Amino acid sequence: MSRIQTTFAKLSQQGRKALIPFITAGDPEPGLTVGLMQALVAGGADVIELGVPFSDPMADGPTIQRASERALAYGVSLHIVLGMVKEFRKKDAATPVVLMGYANPIEAYGAEAFAKDAQAAGVDGVLVVDYPPEECVEFARILKANSLDPIFLLAPTSSDARFAEVAEMGSGYIYYVSLKGVTGAGHLDLDAVTQRIPAIREKVRMPVGVGFGIRDGGAAARIATVADAVVIGSRIIEEIENSPRAEVAARVTAFLRSVREAMDQGVKL
Amino acid sequence: MQNPDASYNLPDDRGHFGKFGGIFVAETLIPALEELRLAYEAAKADPEFRAEFEYELKHYVGRPSPIYHAKRWSNTLGGAQIYLKREDLNHTGAHKVNNCIGQALLARRMGKPRVIAETGAGQHGVATATVAARYGMECVVYMGSEDVKRQAANVYRMKLLGAKVVPVESGSKTLKDALNEAMRDWVTNVADTFYIIGTVAGPHPYPMMVRDFQSVIGAECLTQMPELAGRQPDAVIACVGGGSNAMGIFYDYIPEKGVKLIGVEAAGHGIESGKHAASLTAGVPGVLHGNRTYLLQDKNGQIIETHSVSAGLDYPGVGPEHAWLKDSGRAEYVTITDDEALKAFHDLCHTEGIIPALESSHALAYAAKLAPTLAKDKLLLVNLSGRGDKDMHTVAEKSGIQF
Repeated sequence: MSRIQTTFAKLSQQGRKALIPFITAGDPEPGLTVGLMQALVAGGADVIELGVPFSDPMADGPTIQRASERALAYGVSLHIVLGMVKEFRKKDAATPVVLMGYANPIEAYGAEAFAKDAQAAGVDGVLVVDYPPEECVEFARILKANSLDPIFLLAPTSSDARFAEVAEMGSGYIYYVSLKGVTGAGHLDLDAVTQRIPAIREKVRMPVGVGFGIRDGGAAARIATVADAVVIGSRIIEEIENSPRAEVAARVTAFLRSVREAMDQGVKL
Repeated sequence: MQNPDASYNLPDDRGHFGKFGGIFVAETLIPALEELRLAYEAAKADPEFRAEFEYELKHYVGRPSPIYHAKRWSNTLGGAQIYLKREDLNHTGAHKVNNCIGQALLARRMGKPRVIAETGAGQHGVATATVAARYGMECVVYMGSEDVKRQAANVYRMKLLGAKVVPVESGSKTLKDALNEAMRDWVTNVADTFYIIGTVAGPHPYPMMVRDFQSVIGAECLTQMPELAGRQPDAVIACVGGGSNAMGIFYDYIPEKGVKLIGVEAAGHGIESGKHAASLTAGVPGVLHGNRTYLLQDKNGQIIETHSVSAGLDYPGVGPEHAWLKDSGRAEYVTITDDEALKAFHDLCHTEGIIPALESSHALAYAAKLAPTLAKDKLLLVNLSGRGDKDMHTVAEKSGIQF
């Protein structure tokens, strides 16, 4: 079993849902990333989504765009990101790491070389925002051949037929985009999300994570009643932006812990 | 809107021109692109839609645009005869409007009351604002904040036409960032919004659709050249940023194997200086803005900032069909520096009384280079894609003049 499968299986036995924080590698500075990843685990992260910075992050809102720009100012490349994962793995052999980013840095690296190096560094899954399944047949094959899970997005606009297609090609988990918009958007409709998840579950025999626009423990707890995982990104990046450097890790842990507690308590009706 | 060469039927049904093109967008946009593809297919097959498009091109844009034999300039250069396809005479002053009308009619047919667009120098923004006013649509134009500063007149023009101009502060604050921001708007407002992309780039079906709407340029030339010059030209020359005016004039000439197709990219301060916008000449294939094509990028796959005196050519990518035409050898791509383009700009002003756009001046400059190497009976057809009124400030500044 892969690290991602093991994680979800264990949580399922415990009757708990996964908390998946997202940070951008190299933000606010490269030297802090591995420590931040450990801080996320300390706060209750079950899987870490690590953003690979890109100059043109089309699907991201202003918060993650800024994180990308800060990291790129330090010249953080995909090579450097893999080095960070390798460093993280020295102390944490259990927490799955999923790289999330855009196609071009991977194509510049070379798909085969990237998959091989990512696997060796201890990466578990890869989500390429601008690789929909139809453009990803070969890349998904390469990832799977290197024991990496290709993670795909589903959206409120996706058809039921699309659910089945993504279920076929993806593995690890499915990332359901909770709203029509970019990361960090402010118009999350929790009712719409909770209504949509059962239809996805019918077609997808994989854990379903939900992300985009989830900002607090309350929303996370609501999502956790229907989904297997809650993804939080922009809100954590804001915490990183607004904290003095010396306190970044502690504050991120504290924020995540509050979300984790809210999810574990469940929604009080 | 039809290419007569049955053997050339690119792209395939998923938008691929060989290994280029395709649909590289986040999942949320996939259904919107599918909806657009189907709507465009239906519109293209509908005689009423085509008739309306043609009516608008004739009565609103003023088509067909003439071809003009630049005799004095040709004689000065002392070689091949240069003919100019006068897209600068279109309403709004450039070829951009052809495509905007096509897409706005499609938006109306699809029941989308709101259109958005990205713009660099502001030409596509102005053309979009124009057609939005013409068809009574809400219009939002995204423009890099650097470009907003540099192109104040066009910003005002768009506002006069009723559009809202949104300055984009992210990344390099130029055209590519405006495109990112327009995509973000589209993904958020996908139900009621039509994204009018200004060039032959973006995810399928945009490169095909924009090419089809612009192909009226080449289709007219195919009839006009024999009427005016007695035969087809030996070469067709057009500038290439994203590549819409070039695709528009090239497309119907692709099957005419005797006609050379030459795309002219912006070499800025020179290719070796690194300050240029020549994606086909100096880039490598990658994925940006929804398609696979030649891109100017660093070794880590980050898109790099470009430079050209002409804002309309200042883009780090290029339409995927040009990438394909380059690799297949059907078209040839060359470069012209800022200085060479400026010289051609002044020469055309002086010898023919035509003020060309700085974009088109790149194509003119290459024609001026090529013509003296050819016999007097050779014919070069240059796409004069736009007029240069918008460039007064830039050219004056280069000559040390302030208004």
